[in-house]
Amino acid sequence: MLAVDVHGLRKDYGEVKAVKGVEFSVEGGETFGFLGPNGAGKTTTIGMLCTLVRPTAGRASVAGYDVVREREHVRRSIGLVFQDPTLDNYLTAEQNLRFHAELYGVPRQVVKRRLRSVLELVGLADKAKAQVRSFSGGMKRRLEIARGLLHAPVVLFLDEPTIGLDPQTRRSIWEYIKSLKASEGTTIFMTTHYMDEAEYCDRIAIIDKGQVVAMGSPDELKASVAMDRVQIQTDSPAQAIEALREHFGLVAAVHEGNVTFSVAEGGEFVPKLFARFGELGIPVRSVGVSRPSLDDVFLSYTGTTIRDAEAGASNEWMRRVAARGMRR
Amino acid sequence: MASGAVHEARAVWVVLKREGIRFASDPLRAVVSVLQPLLFLFVLGSGLGSLVDFGHHLNLRTFLYPGAAAMSVLFTALFSAGSIVWDREFGFLREMLVAPVSRTSIVVGKCLGGALVASVQGVLMICISGLAGVPYDPALMFTVLGELLLLALTVTAFGMLVAAKIQQFQSFMAVTQMLVMPLFFLSGAMYPLSGLPAWLRALTRVDPLTYAVDPVRKAVFARLSAVPPALRARLVPGVTWDGWHVPVGVELGVVAAMAAAFVVVAALEFRRTG
Repeated sequence: MLAVDVHGLRKDYGEVKAVKGVEFSVEGGETFGFLGPNGAGKTTTIGMLCTLVRPTAGRASVAGYDVVREREHVRRSIGLVFQDPTLDNYLTAEQNLRFHAELYGVPRQVVKRRLRSVLELVGLADKAKAQVRSFSGGMKRRLEIARGLLHAPVVLFLDEPTIGLDPQTRRSIWEYIKSLKASEGTTIFMTTHYMDEAEYCDRIAIIDKGQVVAMGSPDELKASVAMDRVQIQTDSPAQAIEALREHFGLVAAVHEGNVTFSVAEGGEFVPKLFARFGELGIPVRSVGVSRPSLDDVFLSYTGTTIRDAEAGASNEWMRRVAARGMRR
Repeated sequence: MASGAVHEARAVWVVLKREGIRFASDPLRAVVSVLQPLLFLFVLGSGLGSLVDFGHHLNLRTFLYPGAAAMSVLFTALFSAGSIVWDREFGFLREMLVAPVSRTSIVVGKCLGGALVASVQGVLMICISGLAGVPYDPALMFTVLGELLLLALTVTAFGMLVAAKIQQFQSFMAVTQMLVMPLFFLSGAMYPLSGLPAWLRALTRVDPLTYAVDPVRKAVFARLSAVPPALRARLVPGVTWDGWHVPVGVELGVVAAMAAAFVVVAALEFRRTG
């Protein structure tokens, strides 16, 4: 039985097509990631899988149950941790968990034991009787994860689980999630726009503008982009872009302030680049060559880096400059 | 996993319990909610009391008491219902909406919780009723408490209906304040329902709060043996529909029917949410 199975899932909000026909499946016990910028449709897709949002078209099943026709069964089988906190700040950690246990019908005999074990799992056992109001952001997120696990869900949905947290807390949350996977075999479905987090996944789907543009394991995706990324810092980006096109036949654009392009064997290319640029009189302040990362995968499949996709219009101008140069 | 009905009952219970915990953790709220009715009862009551002289050792405060008790219940119940808007703003509502329980159970739990919490206010008002000249008669106290509980349930359910449509807590408070004053003024809490001009009499009959205040006043006055029948008839004429004197049972029936209707519609509204 597939933990999550999605076919042609769509969501329209009036004129806006948030999700445009998404198709994928997740095996039991997998850690599956949805990678993409904000506004790509990640949260909407998760919303549909969690029965919070009604799909416009398509079908999806979670833990073997249809998300539209068997909503109650889906809800019983999933745990949710969202970006926005959904704890009651005026209750204690234990009271929040008990509330959850009652709503999810956790059998009375096991509640106490489960409560203790999830709190231990996330390292909050000593804070059971403390009011959530006194917790830090990281502690609240950990408590939400504990709560999401309390009823032993088949699939745990994490929407940007470590957003807004400091690196140390992010690391420890991921330790908990990994140990969870090892001990319970829970399927984890997460969305993120952090590249390093996406590396933890068994498989990733890259989503941009409401569609899945690539899917595979992190290594598979990186291998599909068999080129190095080269970034140049220069005072005349438009000139550099033009020169790259004319002399090397390379398509370059400005990403995150640097003239960026992909080329095979980047290390060998750079000396040739300097030689030619030196002749042309184009000053290069610095250069960087990197092996493909998931950011490059994103770049190659969508034409933008995640950060740029989020920055949105600011780079449009640069891109149009580059494009104009190429049309000549 | 617990079976259907038991599971729903557990859900109702835990939502109810949460209302109780929240109320208990905020004693200031209870104090503030009882302050306004007390102000109304003792300041207005004593102040205006000099203008009104019933004679026969009957105080204006005693007359105003049912309205004051209803007022305390009104505010608390609305605040309880409004807390669901708070929950929506602060995300906790989503935790409830995504759980495998029917929305009806959540609404019922909230209404019962709000009603119970508002009844605590009622108890407070009953405790100080002696100061308003109301006799401490156990049967009377139970009757009044029961009637206030029913009112609390109705108002909480009504509040939930309003809350289902509203996104921000401030808007909720604004809307309910706008409604509460007219409802209160038209309920006969401050004046007898006899000798009113036709238009006012018609409005009082349409006001749901009238059917909650009148039984309490009737119950209180039934225990005031010192009041002569003529005065009692003038001060507590009851509600009449086209000449038919509406008995207490029917008045309470009206309130109960409204409670049921509000709960049902609120549940339907919440089923459609998110």
